[in-house]
Amino acid sequence: MLQIIFIIPVAQLLILAYAVTFEIKNVRFITIDHDRSTHSKKLINKFNGSAFFEYKGNAENYEEAEEMIISDKADQVLVIEPGFGKKLNTERTGSVQVITNAINGNAASLMSAYATSIIADYNREIIIEQNPVNFTGLPIDTKPSFWYNPELDYITYMVPGILVLLVTIIGMFLSGMNLVKEKEIGTIEQINVTPIKKYQFIAGKLIPFWVIANIDLAFGLVIAKLVFNIPIIGSLPLLFFVASIYLVVILSFGLLISTLTNTMQQSMFISWFFLVIFILMSGLFTPIESMPQWAQMIDTINPVAYFIKINRMIMLKGSGFMDFQREFWILIVYAIGMFIFSTMRYRKTA
Amino acid sequence: MNKNDHIIEVRDLVKRFGSFTANDHLNFTVSKGEIFGFLGANGAGKTTAIKILSGLSKPTSGVAIVAGFDVAKYPNKVKKNIGYMSQHFSLYDDMTVKENFRFYGGIFGLSRKSIREKTEYYLEKLKMQNFRNMLLKQIPLGWKQKLAFSVANIHEPAVVFLDEPTGGVDPITRRQFWELIYDSADKGTTVFVTTHYMDEAEYCERVSIMSEGRIEAIGSPGKLKEEFGVNTMDEVFVQIARTPLDPPIGGTDRGNSFKKQVN
Ligand SMILES: Nc1ncnc2c1ncn2[C@@H]1O[C@H](COP(=O)(O)OP(=O)(O)O)[C@@H](O)[C@H]1O
Ligand SMILES: [Mg+2]
Repeated sequence: MLQIIFIIPVAQLLILAYAVTFEIKNVRFITIDHDRSTHSKKLINKFNGSAFFEYKGNAENYEEAEEMIISDKADQVLVIEPGFGKKLNTERTGSVQVITNAINGNAASLMSAYATSIIADYNREIIIEQNPVNFTGLPIDTKPSFWYNPELDYITYMVPGILVLLVTIIGMFLSGMNLVKEKEIGTIEQINVTPIKKYQFIAGKLIPFWVIANIDLAFGLVIAKLVFNIPIIGSLPLLFFVASIYLVVILSFGLLISTLTNTMQQSMFISWFFLVIFILMSGLFTPIESMPQWAQMIDTINPVAYFIKINRMIMLKGSGFMDFQREFWILIVYAIGMFIFSTMRYRKTA
Repeated sequence: MNKNDHIIEVRDLVKRFGSFTANDHLNFTVSKGEIFGFLGANGAGKTTAIKILSGLSKPTSGVAIVAGFDVAKYPNKVKKNIGYMSQHFSLYDDMTVKENFRFYGGIFGLSRKSIREKTEYYLEKLKMQNFRNMLLKQIPLGWKQKLAFSVANIHEPAVVFLDEPTGGVDPITRRQFWELIYDSADKGTTVFVTTHYMDEAEYCERVSIMSEGRIEAIGSPGKLKEEFGVNTMDEVFVQIARTPLDPPIGGTDRGNSFKKQVN
C-alpha cells in the first residue's frame, strides 16, 4: 500500500505531464511566398530560426500547400502576398496570413500563438530598425497569454494542474474504497456497535488520508521541481494550507460515496463518474472561460476547478491569499458542507 | 423473578424485510448474569434479532430493552453497555493483537494503563503472550475468535452478544472458548450466544429455539428435554425445527448428538 501511495504520484506526474502536454516542438511549416523580398525572406528566416518551427519549403500556390497539409507533411502555412516588402517600406504596414491545421484545436491555438509571437517579434525589430531612437511606438503587445510562462512551456502550465489531479485521485480513492471495504469485510459492524460518535469516526477516517495526500503533494512538488524545474513562485505554506482545505472536500466526498455504497465496485464506479466529470471540466485541458455557459455553471460546484486555478496562481504567478479569496471561501464552505453531509450519511443503525 | 433483574427484555419484536418477516413477534427476557443460548437453524432469524438487540438495526415494531435502555430510542446508551462479536470475524486483520486491543479499548474510552492491563490479562489467560505483536491475519481462526471475545469484553460490558462465536472452530478450542464464557459470566456479565452446536446448548443455563422467525420453545435444557420427552437437545431441536442441524465438527463428549432423527 505504501509503495502504491508513492509510486502512483511519480508515475502520474511523469506520464501525465508529457501525455497531456500540447507543447509542440517541431511545427512543420511551409510558406507561400508571392513577395520574395528581403522582408519576406527575413520573416521566413525568423520562423526557421525558432526552435518551434521546422521549415519545409515553399509552396507555389494554395492547392499545393493544402495538399501538403492533407498528406500530413505540414502543419502551418505562412502566406505572404506580393508587395508585402514594398508596402512595409513605404506605408510601414503589412499583413501576412497564417493558416493552421486545426484538427487538434489545442495544438492549433498553440501553433498559431507561436506564429503570432514570431511575427510580433519581427514587427518589433522593424520598428526598432526604422526608429532606433523613438522606441516607444511599439505595437500592441500580442503576447498577453504568455505572461508568467514566457517560454511558452506547456509543461510548466500543466504541472500545477496535474499535482491537483494527483492528490484528488489519491484522496478520492483512498477514502472512497476504505469505508466500503470495511463494510465488505465486516469490520464496520464491530465499529458500529461501539458508542463512537459519527463525526469521530468520519474524522478518524479522514485524518490519515489527509496526511498521506499532503505528503503526496509534497512529494509531487519535489518531483515537479527536480524533474521539470517548475518554478514555485508563491508561498508553499499557503499552497499547503489551501490544499488541506481542498483535501477535506475531496476526502469527505469519497467517504460520502462509500457511506452510500455497499461494495467496492459500486464505490469505484461512482468515484470514477465524478472524477472524470470534475477532471475533464477542471480547466486543466480547456480553459473554463472558453467552455459553454452550462459547463461554466457546472464548474461552480467543481472543487477540482477551484484548486487548479488557485494552485496555478500560487505556483506560477506567486499570487497571495487576497488574489483568490473568493475561490478559497467557496472551498471552505464546500469542505464544511461535505464533512457534515458525509457524517450525516454515515449510519450506525441500519 | 424480579423484573429489575432482566437485563434484556423483548416484547412483540418484529423485523420485516419488505414482505418477509425475519423476526415474528419475539417475546423473551434474559436475567442478569445468565448464559442464554439463542438457537435456531440457518435463516431462523437469530442474527436479525441480535443486531436489533445491539442497536445495529432498527426493529419494525415492538420493544427491546437492553441494560435498561430502549435500543430503538437510545442505541448509543445501549452500545456503551454491551459487547458484540459478529457472525463474521471482524477484528482488523492488518493490525497486531495489541493494536486491536488498544483500538477498541480507546473507542470505549479506557485509559492507556487500563488497556495495557486488560491486554496482558487476556493474553495471559489465552496463553497468547507470544502473539502480542503478530498481525491478526497470521493467527489461526480459533485463536482469533478467542481474541475477538476478549476484545468484545475489554470494557466489561453488562451483556455480551456472541453470534455463532464457535462456527468453524475445532472442538478443543470450542471448549476453551466456553471456559472463557463461563469466566466472564462468573464476573457477572450476561452472555447471549447463538450457536449451531447442540452440545453447546447444553452448556447454557437457558435456551430459546427459533424457527422461521418465531420462538418455538424456551427454558433450561433440562426442562426442554423433559417437555419433549427426549434425551438430547439435538432431538428437541429436530422436533421443533423439523430440519436436522449441521453435525458438530469432530467428536464431542455427547456422542449421540450426531444422531439425526426426523419425525
Ligand atoms: N437485510 C436483509 N434483507 C432481506 N432479508 C434479510 C436481511 N437480513 C436477513 N434477511 C433474511 O432474514 C432471514 C433470517 O436471517 P438471519 O437473521 O441472518 O438468520 P440466522 O442468523 O438465524 O441464520 C433470512 O431468510 C435472511 O435471508
Ligand atoms: Mg446468523
